[in-house]
Amino acid sequence: MSIVSSLKKKLAKTHNSFIKRLAEIVQLSGRVDEELIEDIEDILIQADLGVSITGKITSRLEEQIRLQKLSKTEQVYKALENIIITILHDEYKDVDAIDFNPEEKPYVLLFIGVNGVGKTTTIAKCAQRFKNNGKKVLLVAGDTFRAAAIEQLEIWAKRIGVTIIGQEYGSDPSSVIFNAMQSAKAQSYDVVLIDTAGRLHTKINLMRELEKIKRTIQKHISDAPHQVLLVVDATTGQNGVQQAKKFLESIPIDGIILTKLDGTAKGGVALGIKDSLQIPIKAIGVGEQIDDLKDFDATEFVKAIFE
Amino acid sequence: MFESLTDKLNSVFSKLKSRGKLSEKDIKSGLREIRLALLEADVNYKIVKDFIKSVEIKSLGERVQKSLTPGQQIVKIVNEELVQLMTCDVEEKPLPKNRTSKLLIVGLQGSGKTTACGKLALHYKKNGYEPILVAADVYRPAAIKQLEMLGKSIDIPVYTEDTTKVTRIAKGALKYAAKEFRNLVIFDTAGRLHVDEKMMEEVEDLAKVISPDQILYVADAMTGQDAVNSAKEFNERLDLTGIILTKLDGDARGGAALSVRAVTGKPISFVSVGEKLSDLEAFHPDRIASRILGMGDMLTLIEKAEAVFEEDEAEKLQKKLQKNLFTLDDFLDQLRKMQNMGPMDEILKMLPGSNSKLMKNIKVDENEIKHIEAIILAMTLKEREHPDIINGSRRHRIAQGSGTSLQRVNQLLKQFDQMKKMMKRFSKGHFDMGKQMFPM
Repeated sequence: MSIVSSLKKKLAKTHNSFIKRLAEIVQLSGRVDEELIEDIEDILIQADLGVSITGKITSRLEEQIRLQKLSKTEQVYKALENIIITILHDEYKDVDAIDFNPEEKPYVLLFIGVNGVGKTTTIAKCAQRFKNNGKKVLLVAGDTFRAAAIEQLEIWAKRIGVTIIGQEYGSDPSSVIFNAMQSAKAQSYDVVLIDTAGRLHTKINLMRELEKIKRTIQKHISDAPHQVLLVVDATTGQNGVQQAKKFLESIPIDGIILTKLDGTAKGGVALGIKDSLQIPIKAIGVGEQIDDLKDFDATEFVKAIFE
Repeated sequence: MFESLTDKLNSVFSKLKSRGKLSEKDIKSGLREIRLALLEADVNYKIVKDFIKSVEIKSLGERVQKSLTPGQQIVKIVNEELVQLMTCDVEEKPLPKNRTSKLLIVGLQGSGKTTACGKLALHYKKNGYEPILVAADVYRPAAIKQLEMLGKSIDIPVYTEDTTKVTRIAKGALKYAAKEFRNLVIFDTAGRLHVDEKMMEEVEDLAKVISPDQILYVADAMTGQDAVNSAKEFNERLDLTGIILTKLDGDARGGAALSVRAVTGKPISFVSVGEKLSDLEAFHPDRIASRILGMGDMLTLIEKAEAVFEEDEAEKLQKKLQKNLFTLDDFLDQLRKMQNMGPMDEILKMLPGSNSKLMKNIKVDENEIKHIEAIILAMTLKEREHPDIINGSRRHRIAQGSGTSLQRVNQLLKQFDQMKKMMKRFSKGHFDMGKQMFPM
């Protein structure tokens, strides 16, 4: 199954309900008026796009309706789709996906995020993709805080058939990472995937810990981590922007992995994060299976929702 | 948690307040801003619509129009409506102790179910129950291990069975509880999507086997618009009895609280405000509504303070302050006690006026407190009692002894001096919590 069709399948629910609702609205009122715009606003808000982006989209839409004298459901819908595709296309034209076949070695990826977004599962999925490309992968159990976080990663490592390095609970994550980086170099691993404890972005101490983790990594490889990936749960509301902003104050972020897109949540907040902080979505999680991680492609993503 | 919403409502109302009398147009524009603020706060758009409508009708009524302070009247209406939206008239039945009570915990992936189970177990243990935990999440790697570790840390047995049949685990657990005379069984379940038919059926079957006294839905306070979809489905399938709202120690505006409450009609039984197993609190709609409207959460603060400070001790302190006998030792003691009340930034958030720009810039660094502790401990007893005698060479010694710097020592002494002055004002009844206390 191609990425497009699998995505489409996964997003079919979202897509249908969206179109149906839009069609209903336009047919119901029969004409394009203020109330219609407010209803479209509601749909966009419902997708967690947030007030500001929603405002941008609807004001463009209103302009097009006025200028092009649109009066039919299909016309309004097509215009709306085009507006969103254009915005996303502009935003994403220079964004690269995660390189699962990197030349550099060891290639270091650091995964961060608030509690419960799916960091560990995402790491497992990434590890599988690197392994599929014949890379020698090392997992680092940097979450020494949450009960059984280390075991969780160990189980994944075993399933995928990769090595894992960890220490006991309560130890300094930086010390775990220091040792791991040493082994990565000594035993010439191709890829190092570092798990970290879930942390709320409002805890200053935990944010500082991230800075330390970064410095520790750079003691071994000065231009690492090569990718810092913020894992964001698609059900997250507007607080997602605040999360990204606070994490960004402690560590530069290369991209977002948007998880749990197989539910009914649309993950619109990720577009808000791109809009306000320029952090792009790089991959999406669409299920609990090990291969349910897809590269993010803006056009396909929008099309899967709007086609 | 609701700071930003409060800020926005405040700015709307300060506009309304400054004008005195309101026209219908004024009220509409005020309501539009309230609508946007609520949407930004992730309150579900349908609930926002109803909310705005009912506020609008009441605002256009005589009560507001005839009032000399219409802005304040609208604040009052918004407050009342918020409280109403979060209040539940259904009385929660306490869990009986004289037989085995059963608690089923459900929710989406990553909402914090397992941690919530640990917190509930500790909460009920403190209240005289004898709980056991049951590991019925057979899917997520190491979920069972996680519950076992939590159980061990609070000395509560965890029932596990090596099978993927959760109903079998449940039956075994109930038998075990009966045999061991345990009067509370808390079932942890796997996180599941509300659209995953197979998994929803599994939890329905589980509920049938257990016939729980309570089914609690764990909802992440950071959830956006989708909160209603999942909560609604879980409620329809399982007829929930209550909600646990987690991760409230973040800065999410927490609109999900309103959404989940409204769509299920079920009460928010607990809120979870930290990563420690003791960080579980009862939900108070009026307090949170006051917090939304910038009136601070004084009641919670007072409750917390009462738990840490003994009454006669407080009296003694009061006398010391009035006589200006407050020493650095007392300062250290207070600092430690305040730390026991919870994370410092959480406490500051509860104070009235803490939503102003000023307070927002104050970042409380718990490490800073460690430094202060080190500096004071490096002083002699005499120095702690009479900070005036600390001259240049003493300052050097203290800086070296505490492993900090001369600047830090100077800063602390200056802060202490300021604080003494401020506390004196406090004790005279001026409640003027300002920046002085934590300028770091």
